[in-house]
Amino acid sequence: MKHMTEEELIAFREGVAEQRAVISEHLAACEACRGELKRIQAVLAALDTLPVPDPGADYGRRVWREIAPRLAEKPVRWWQVWMQPRRLAAAGAVVALIIVAFVAGRITKRGNTGDNVANKEQVRERVLVVAVGEHLGHSERMLVELSNAAPNNPAQKEINISAEQRRAEDLLEENRLYRQTALQEGDAGLASVLDELERVLLDVAHSPEEVTPVQLEAIQKKIEGRGILFKVRVVNKGLQQRQEATKPAPAQNESTKRERNKV
Amino acid sequence: MNRMQQSVESTQAIAESDAIAVERTLAGDRDAYRVLVERHSHTVFRLAYRMTGNRHDAEEVVQEAFLRGYQKLGQFAARSNFGTWVYRIAANYAIDRMRQRQKEEARREAPRAEDRDGMENDPLNRVKDEAPTPERLTQSIELRKQMEQALAALSEAERTAFVMRHWEGCGIEEIAEVLKSSSNATKNTVFRAVQKLRRALQPFVETKAQARAMGTES
Repeated sequence: MKHMTEEELIAFREGVAEQRAVISEHLAACEACRGELKRIQAVLAALDTLPVPDPGADYGRRVWREIAPRLAEKPVRWWQVWMQPRRLAAAGAVVALIIVAFVAGRITKRGNTGDNVANKEQVRERVLVVAVGEHLGHSERMLVELSNAAPNNPAQKEINISAEQRRAEDLLEENRLYRQTALQEGDAGLASVLDELERVLLDVAHSPEEVTPVQLEAIQKKIEGRGILFKVRVVNKGLQQRQEATKPAPAQNESTKRERNKV
Repeated sequence: MNRMQQSVESTQAIAESDAIAVERTLAGDRDAYRVLVERHSHTVFRLAYRMTGNRHDAEEVVQEAFLRGYQKLGQFAARSNFGTWVYRIAANYAIDRMRQRQKEEARREAPRAEDRDGMENDPLNRVKDEAPTPERLTQSIELRKQMEQALAALSEAERTAFVMRHWEGCGIEEIAEVLKSSSNATKNTVFRAVQKLRRALQPFVETKAQARAMGTES
């Protein structure tokens, strides 16, 4: 007789087995599997004796007392979130980027036909490079500030990082769009660094507004441990070089052409 | 009316009353949110305590979950259940808290707080008709210590999956959503958690069962 695997028995015990009837039928006929299931159950039964302390009948009231002073007057509806000035600014920056890329594409289309496609690509890359460079610069500044944050005095129990948190939230939205664009453009290296940056920004955005010195140190260690500041600086430097490389050659004006014709 | 029907009806009534409280909160009645906090705090605390393993963190998770719930209330779909929604926010925050705690502990290398809730919560002390002999007491303390260590040794995903499935009875889909994982992967996580707990605890559970059989326990 083929016995049930440990996985099947655990799945059966936890109510997530797909072939429940089959296992049930097997258990009725197989003493060895029943014994095995009993051993699993004994461990789980022991775990069930671990107590959860009773927080008290007035716990809900205590939670309310703690959080009430920290609540805003009115929660915002989902569409109001997108109408907040900082979100509008972030969305505006992205829309502007798309428009610039589109217009740049149109202008180069009208130009000389030979280098048309190459120019269009160049301009598009240049727009992305400038925008991402700026985004990395902002991210770097925020992370440096957070890395250097410290309690004002040794007795200070909590440090407010809400400003960095809000900036991280804004940067997060931009970051997602740039990462997706970098992926579409086939720039895997840039997409990978933006992906790592996104994780750090996510951590900062999801941290509590008030952190203890230990929590702050944990955030700082995380930033340091991932070496994200270094990576951001290296990529930004690379972007600046790319920016230089994609700069259009100075236009030849009429006098230059005349000078050349003289020779 | 049988007990099952009563329970279903009471759950429906709470969900309807929650929906009204959410709408009132969104309309600017901040006190309406108080109803939601007072109603769901205990359930969220139980989940948070089981996930984080200590009272201080659990209380922090509860407060943070309700704060985040309030901030994101505008994004809450009216058709959903507020209790389930805030519960999910708490589970997500508890995962973050566990990660943070693990790193802090690894850095400080502090001794584990086995005795955090003292003897009053000893599982065996809750069994009224069995007098705690010194042997039994020692074994219980040891077993409890082992259980806490085994739970602490699980990854955040394993502990979350185990707590939500085994103790809280959540559906696999719901757990998968918290873990940002697929149903199959989540089932696998539940299995891994139970398997690890079994490997760590079975010798202690068997020793205890043998002691009981030999009558060294009263």
